Formats: sequence, structure tokens, C-alpha cells
Amino acid sequence: MKFTLSWLKYHLATDASLDEITDKLTMIGLEVEAVDDRAATFAPFLIGHVLSACQHPNADRLMLCTVDAGEAQYQVVCGAPNARQGIKGVFAPIGSFIPGTEVTVKSSKIRGEESQGMLCSEKEMGISDEHGGIIELPGDAPIGKKWATWAGLDDPVIEIALTPNRGDCASVRGIARDLAAAGIGELNPLPNSSEFGSFESPIKWRHDFPSGAENACPYVVGRYFRNVKNTQSPAFIQDRLRAIGLRPISALVDITNWLTFDLGRPLHVFDADKIAGDLVMRFARSGERIKALDDQEYELDENMVVISDDSGPQGIGGVMGGDNAGCDDRTENVFLEVALFDPTKIAEAGRRLGIMSDARYRFERGIDHHSVEWGCDIATKMILKFCGGQASKLVSSGVKPDTKATKILRPTRIKDLTGVDISLNQSQKILFDLGFEPKVRDGGINVTVPTWRHDIDGEADLVEEVLRIYGFDKIPEVKLEQNQTLCAAPRNDLQRRAEKVRRSLGARGLVEAVTYSFIDSRHAACFGGISKKLTLSNPISSDLDVMRPSIIPSLLVAAARNQARGIPSPLFFEVGPQYDEDTPEGQRLVAAGLRSQNAVSRHWSGPMRDVDAIDAKSDALSALSASGTPVNNIQLTREAPSWYHPGRSGALRLGKNVLGFFGELHPSVLEFMQAAGPIVCFEVFLDSLPVKRSKSSAKPMLKIPNLQPVYRDFAFIVDKHVDAAEVLKAVRNSDSNLIENVELFDVYEGTGVEMGKKSLGIVVTLQPKQTSLTDQNISVVSRSIVSAVEKKTGGSLRE
Amino acid sequence: MSAQEVERDKIREQLLAEIGQADDLEALEGARVASLGRNGIITSLMKSVGQLEPQERKEAGRIYNSLKQEIIGALTAKQEELRALQLSARLARETVDITLPVRQEPAGTIHPISQTIDEMVTIFAKMGFVVADGPHIESDFNNFTALNIPPEHPARQEHDTFYLPEKEDGSRLVLRTHTSPVQIRTMLSQSPPIRIIVPGRTFRADYDATHSPMFHQIEGLVIDEATHMGHLKGCLIDFCRSFFDVDDLPVRFRPSYFPFTEPSAEMDIGCSRDSGGLKIGRQGNSGTGDWLEILGCGMVNPRVMENCNIDPQRYQGFAFGLGIERAAMLKYGIPDLRTFFESDLRWLRHYGFSALDMPGAVGA
Repeated sequence: MKFTLSWLKYHLATDASLDEITDKLTMIGLEVEAVDDRAATFAPFLIGHVLSACQHPNADRLMLCTVDAGEAQYQVVCGAPNARQGIKGVFAPIGSFIPGTEVTVKSSKIRGEESQGMLCSEKEMGISDEHGGIIELPGDAPIGKKWATWAGLDDPVIEIALTPNRGDCASVRGIARDLAAAGIGELNPLPNSSEFGSFESPIKWRHDFPSGAENACPYVVGRYFRNVKNTQSPAFIQDRLRAIGLRPISALVDITNWLTFDLGRPLHVFDADKIAGDLVMRFARSGERIKALDDQEYELDENMVVISDDSGPQGIGGVMGGDNAGCDDRTENVFLEVALFDPTKIAEAGRRLGIMSDARYRFERGIDHHSVEWGCDIATKMILKFCGGQASKLVSSGVKPDTKATKILRPTRIKDLTGVDISLNQSQKILFDLGFEPKVRDGGINVTVPTWRHDIDGEADLVEEVLRIYGFDKIPEVKLEQNQTLCAAPRNDLQRRAEKVRRSLGARGLVEAVTYSFIDSRHAACFGGISKKLTLSNPISSDLDVMRPSIIPSLLVAAARNQARGIPSPLFFEVGPQYDEDTPEGQRLVAAGLRSQNAVSRHWSGPMRDVDAIDAKSDALSALSASGTPVNNIQLTREAPSWYHPGRSGALRLGKNVLGFFGELHPSVLEFMQAAGPIVCFEVFLDSLPVKRSKSSAKPMLKIPNLQPVYRDFAFIVDKHVDAAEVLKAVRNSDSNLIENVELFDVYEGTGVEMGKKSLGIVVTLQPKQTSLTDQNISVVSRSIVSAVEKKTGGSLRE
Repeated sequence: MSAQEVERDKIREQLLAEIGQADDLEALEGARVASLGRNGIITSLMKSVGQLEPQERKEAGRIYNSLKQEIIGALTAKQEELRALQLSARLARETVDITLPVRQEPAGTIHPISQTIDEMVTIFAKMGFVVADGPHIESDFNNFTALNIPPEHPARQEHDTFYLPEKEDGSRLVLRTHTSPVQIRTMLSQSPPIRIIVPGRTFRADYDATHSPMFHQIEGLVIDEATHMGHLKGCLIDFCRSFFDVDDLPVRFRPSYFPFTEPSAEMDIGCSRDSGGLKIGRQGNSGTGDWLEILGCGMVNPRVMENCNIDPQRYQGFAFGLGIERAAMLKYGIPDLRTFFESDLRWLRHYGFSALDMPGAVGA
């Protein structure tokens, strides 16, 4: 909402400074977004008199003007077609910053002739798009004086960010009322209403709503004006409309705009000679069309209110007038419409049609229920004053609303809700100044709510009204102490698990990314498919149109993007959501990670190495371990989803429960996503992990043996397709009593090992419990290890 | 001078010369064997004492013994000298190029959003808040209607809601536009007293320099029988001063509007702008102070409590919400909102945090 300082003072008698006013506005809830002090912008520009204008000797289209700017005379080279001797214009001396073109005027030579300033157009001054010539001022404009002051353009423009509840402050008067209540000046009274009307209006109002739907437009009045002259509106209206960014059009149109912003009372004028028959308020018929004042054609539906004559819709109620019956400079007879609409209907119509008009803005926030009468009155006076003619008697349809809401404010409520003591008298005065009618009764205040305050719903709203004028800064600050009845840990098990996994993956060298929850449906198709239910109806772009079924595509896009920027071997993790269903349970919390290209890049300290599936397995196990899952019991199967390389991936599970996947990404996925491989990934489903049963934090007792462990190396030749885990398991189980640990230290295929076979180097740790091991003990164990491997895997000891 | 003394001086001179000439431990060992070995000169001398006349023995024994001690001493000293030489030669040999770059170490980082959430949770945890969460795909009721934003309410226009497809019954799920639906979920499932914070993802269909279609908020809700706006101010002032680590951070509360709170306020924090950019807090009395909007808050609207079956005549409390990215940008000087989600490794490494840099709530 924009307005100017002088416009505000039209309603508010105050000596307060601009700063005082803007500070107060912000502190009573009308947040000032911008102040454009145009006096400063326009300060350099003077009223100049063109004493002489003659042809530039070296340019056909340029004139050499001598401009009298009061204190001195200047030679100005000017190309405007209307530059001529005797006119007065806006002179910009050297050094002036031209707001419309954002250039500073410099002394220059144009085609050999000195130019010591500039004569400006409206466009150059930033006040309109007019650039056909320089501004011509009337003959009585005082030479050498500041142009903006003389023209009334040095009025500061204030813009406030209006919250949706304050429809009443979508008017200068509403803002003035709030300021007056807050101690900034006095609100000027509105003129008294008067009687008009010398004849019956030839156009009548009619309602035609289905029974029960009359509330779409509860009440409308109208008045016919004959013999008007739709000239220009007076300068004070034009200047102010321009200052807030509206283009003055004609007296009739400017009056409606003025009333919209001045009093928050949108209304409409029809060229009465273009109306066929009476006017009807009704719902549009399906498929009806209208060309509105914005020159756009709209198709209407049965929920939209229209103002219709015998030929069809002439306006979209509360949203925008129709082009057909609009007023122009030939208009002689006018019909004025002043209506009330159901805010919901207006909001819905405006949203469906995509029209954000000043009328819609106000109607959907709710306008003063009593504004139909006074709005019509004030508009009538203005039309008669600026356009002449005669006004008819009032015509109306519907029921004049006469509901006044009353609420009760208990004085204790202010103290209870805010901790501030405000006296009953003070509360009453604040409410009164805001237009409420407060009456003290039974120690509380009975409050009649003003007809323009639709946001006052209950006692809490009254508390806010009193408090915002009294001052939020006067609320005491009270420490919020720990509540003894609330002593849970700040994070629950799952939340804590997520944090631990996050920190542990970060410590493993992965870089945390946070990526969008929605991805490209074409990518989603490679990662478990697209569900219609999880496709956005209104995505911001086609590559962010579906809720992701996995985090991996997000990380893969990130990796590819980094690779494209020349950043090698990107590696990421994310702890975030994936969406299996549109239900709360369908949102899974997943820890996922990705490593690409070099695990170890070229370095003096050792050979380089590509990432492999085991890197991803290691990340997954470490995430599981950080989350408190007992890693030793996890089973490994080759059941990773289709986006993994089938031979280089696996699933981690506990019984039926799939805890996660890991492995190298499928080459065709990489190709489709245009990422350079190898890329390995893991996914761990944090919400599927087993919950720790015991509440106890105690760890099992540690028993450290007294005897030294013995280490023995073995090398087994097994078939190439035998899983190492099978061999290790056979070894481990061959003597679970003595064998404490089994490590694989070498895997070898090649020279010295038969084709189709591999050699596995294993070190076994034997931990004696009671007595030291003899050579004989050790060879017994060794033999049972060898025979277990032979039996379980077909492997044999390497010679 | 006795014959023994003459003999001793001769031998001593010879042995000391040999010891002195030994230039490594091997040569020294040779000298030792030549003097003190089984057939060494001194060993032979000592043996020869036995063949002397008894009256001479004592004196010869004394003379030869002192010689032996002197040689042992010389050998030991020489040995130490040679060992020291050998060690320093070895150390010189073993010198490496310490300017070599170090081995690659894991250098992961934690995203500023996670870090900021952790910091906030830590601060609020001290005031007794617990973390609550809820789904991103929400019902219209939880995201809007229960929060006193009925259909066609002008406030809905400001939300730029993402919608999922219409269901058979005509209802449509939305991506939550704020974390506030978790207030509703919590109030519907728990009885007061309630004290929760809700950090999480939120979504709005808007993308430009200052808007991202996904961003994060943290929501707070306190419901009990006596918490009033003074507590709201105290809680949020403590939070901001602690989060931004500025003890005398200027703050102000302005009236505002949110459908789900009444009275509603916005909280501004003081900042100063100079050539170096924006600084949270004020420096001295320079008077160049400005205000930055940091969060929205207010007393929970009785309508919202009624919608959640909580008696507003008995219970009251406050709610607040703020943008995590915005707070992180202000605190850590991150210039652009959109970069949070671009996953540029250079950005993530630069603005990210060490995994061990833990604000403290993780293990709590």
C-alpha cells in the first residue's frame, strides 16, 4: 500500500516529521517498506524559460536554446520537437541526476555547440512514459523556482507492507486512523452525508442469485448521472495517483481510483448509454466471456459474480469492470455502482481468472460494511463537482447489512496473555480511538467492533489492538525457565541416530549436501519409478516435478554437475527424506552417500585407486555402526535394486528387514545421467533399523585375557567364484573357542595360481583362555581349519 | 723410574695410540682385544705379575692395574665418541624432504543447514524444548485450515503452495509451506504442557534470488497455563543473543499478523551496515544502526487450540518460526540462498563445518 505524506495529512492533522510517522507506522504493525523522498530526487530541477530558440548550425533536428533559470542564463542544445521560444520547461543544470534515465547531466559540446544543461521530458523525470517532447509548463510558472515544489511533486511516497488482516488500512484514511490512535495527530472528520437526487434513475438494480446464495452480493446501490463532462481530474488527484504509480485517465476513472486508495472503497462507473436495460447481480453462466478493462478476454464460471445487463456481463463483480461499458471522453451519462461482495467469492474468482486488481485486493480482505452509503455519497459529490451534470435518486437491491459484532474484553486477559498491566481506562481509550465502541460493564469492556474491522474475531484480537497501540516494547522480558514436568531428552532415538550418522559420515570424508526433495521425473524413472500420487501438480520446472523415490539421483545430479565444472572425484552424503508413498509413513529417513572416480588420486605417497563397491560397503557399515546397529549380525545378499551394477552391489539385511544397499551404480544409469564413473553409492534406511531394546546405557563387561594371542597365516586356493566370506566363515567356525579373529590380508589371481582359481591369504588369531598353547595344540587347530575350508568351500591349502 | 714404569709407559703410549686411531667401532674392538683380550698386552702384563718377586708384585700390580683402568676408560670414551659419530651419520643419512605434501586425509564437512539446526537445538534444549518432526506431504487441514487459514484466505496467496494431484474425494495433499503443521500434529497427539521445536524442510513454489522452492524453518511451540508474551520475548531474546553470540544484541518486537497467532509479532535484531557489509549487533554508538527482520511469533490463537481440542480458557502459550538458511546467512556471512542447494563441492567445503565441530546436543 502506497501513499504520500500530503495525502496522509489530508486525513490526519499532525506536525509529526516524516521519520516520526514512519517509525510509528512500523511499531503499530503497519511496517514501512520504503520511503521515497522525492523532494531530494527532484531537488536540482528548476523552472526554466526559453528566451530564444534557433536552429543548431550543424544539425537539422537540434535547436540552440537560451534558457533563463532565474539566477543565470544557459545555452542548451535540445532535440525536442516542441522546443521553442517563449515556453517554460523543466531545466536540469549541469550535475543533475536524471531519475528516468539514470544519467548525470554533464557540460558537453554537441556538434560543436556548447550545452550547459538539459530540458527534460516526463519520461526523463520518471513521472510517466511520455517522451514526445519536453515538459511544457503554464505561463505563470515562476522562473528559477524549484519545479517539484511548484508542481506538488516533492511529496514523499511511503510504502507499507500490509498484513492480510488489515484490509481497513488499504486506505489512506485507515492508516491515518491508526496513527491518530497511536498519538500522531488528530483524524479529520469526513464530510457529512447529504441528500441528492432530482429524478428517478432509468437504470435499476436487480438481484438474481439462487436461493441461499444471496450473500455473494448482499447489497448494491447505484446512481445515474446525466450530462456529465468526463474531463481531467484536478491536479491534487492526478499528482497523488501518479505518485503511487497509477496513471491518471479521466475524471470519472480517477475518482474511482481515488476512492479505492483514499477510503478503501472500490466502486465502478459505467457509461450508462452503453447499458442495455437494467443491471443484474448474478452468477456468471458457464462459458460466458467478457473483455475486461485490462483488454484481456476472460471465460467466466458459475461461481463468479457478474454485473450484467440485457446483453450479458458488463463487469466481473469486485474484480474488474468490462471494457464494453467503460467510460471515455465522450461519456455523457454515467451509472455508478457501489456494492458489497462476499470476500471468499472475490478471492476465488480473482485467483481463477488470475486477476490481481486493486478492487479484488480490498474486497477479498473485506471492506467497511457501511461503506455502500457513504461511498456512494462521496463519489456523487466528487462526480458532480468535477464532471458537472445531475444526479438521480438512489437505486438499490439486496439488504443493507446491519450487523455489528460485539466482543468482551476481560481486563485480566491483557495481563494474562502479555504480562503487561494496562488500566481499564487506557484500554478503553485505545479501542475508542481505533473506532471501536467500548463500554465498561461488570469490570470488563463490552466492545462493538467497527464495521471495517473484519479481523476482530475474539478477545485475543482485542488484546492485540490495545497492545500494539500501547507498544510491544513495553512488554516485560521474562526468562523462560525449564519446565519441571517436561524433562525428556531434546532428541528422540531416530533423531539422535540421524545426527550420529551425519557426523560419522562427515568424519569419513564425505561432504554433506542438502538437495531438493523433488527431482526430474525422467531421473526418478531410473530409481524405482514414478508414482502419479507423488507427482507435483504445479512444479516450478519440469526437472523438479516428482517427489524423489531415492536420494541417489539427487546426489548423482550433484556429482555430474561438479564433474562438468571440472571438479574431480566428487563425493557426497545426505541424511534426508525419500518418498515411497504420500502418507506420513511413506516418507523414509535415509542416509545415502556417493563416491566417484578416484578413491585415492595421484599422489607421491602411493598408487592411485578407483572407488569400488567395497568403499560403499564400508560407508554403509559405518553408518549402520554409528546408528547403533550391531554390524556383526548383518547378512549380505546380492539383492540391490536395479540402479546398481548387478555384479558389484549388495543388500544389507537383518532377517527380512532390509537395512540398506551399496554398490557400484549401473553403467546405463551413469550414461543416462551423464555422470563419469566409476561411481559407488550406498543407502541406509534409518527408520528401518532395529531399535535398541534395553534402555540401559551400560556396555557388557570387558574380559581381557592374561595369555598372549598366537597368530598363524594360511593361504587357500579356492574356486574364483567362491565368496571370501564363505572361506572366512569356515575358518572362524572351525574352532569358535580358540579362534578370536580372522582377517583376509591378500587376494590373488594370476601367475602361480591355476586359471579359474584364486588365492586367499588369511591370518588367524588364536587366543588361549586357560593355558598357553603348545605346538601340538596349534597344529590341531590348523588341521581343523584346513579341513573346514576344504569341506565348506572346496578350497585347499596353497603349496 | 722402575722397569715396570718404563714398560708401562711404553705400552700405554702404544695402546692409547691404537685406540686413538680406531675410526670405527670395529677397529676399536680390535684395539680392545689387543689390549684387554685373552691374549692382550695388558692381560699378559697382569699375568706376568705373578712371576715377579713377592716384594715387587704389589707395586707392579698397582702400576699395571692403573694402566688397565686407564685403557678401559679410553676404550669407553672412544666407544662413546664413535657411537655418537655413527648415530649422527645415520641421522644425516635418514634426513627426508619434510616439505613433501601430506597424505590425503578424509576431509568431510557438515552442511551449514545441519550445523545451524544443531546450534539452535542446543540453545532451545537448555530451555527445555524437545525436537518434534512431521511429514513433508501434508493435508490441507494441518497446513492451513487448522492453523486458522481457511480456503480463500488472503494469507494463502502468500504461501505459493505446491500441490499433489487431486484425490477421488476432491482433496489435495500439499507440500507443507511451513513447519507449523507439526504444531497441529503435536497438539492433537499430546496434552499440555507442550514445549517443542520443529526444524525441517518446507516448500514454496517460488524461485528467484531470495526464494528457493525448498528451504528450512524452525518452529517453536509452548503451551501451558501461564506462559505469556513476556516469556515469548525473554525466550527469543535469549535465543538470538546466544545464537548470534552478541550479548548486547539490540532487539525489537513489532506487531504483525499470522493467522495462527494472536497477538502476533515480528522480531527484528539490530545490525550495522558499513563498507564491510552487514554486521549483526551495533558497534559503539555510531548511530548507523538498522533493523533486520529475523522471525515471526505470537501467542497461539485460541482458534488453533480449539481446532486441536485444547481448551483455550485453560491453556495458553506462544509459537514462533524462523528461516534456518536466513539465520545461517546472517551468522556465517553466506551471500546467496540458492547456493545452499547447488551442491557445489567448493561451496560445501568452504561454508561447511568439521564433523567434530559439534554444538553439543547430538549426544544429549
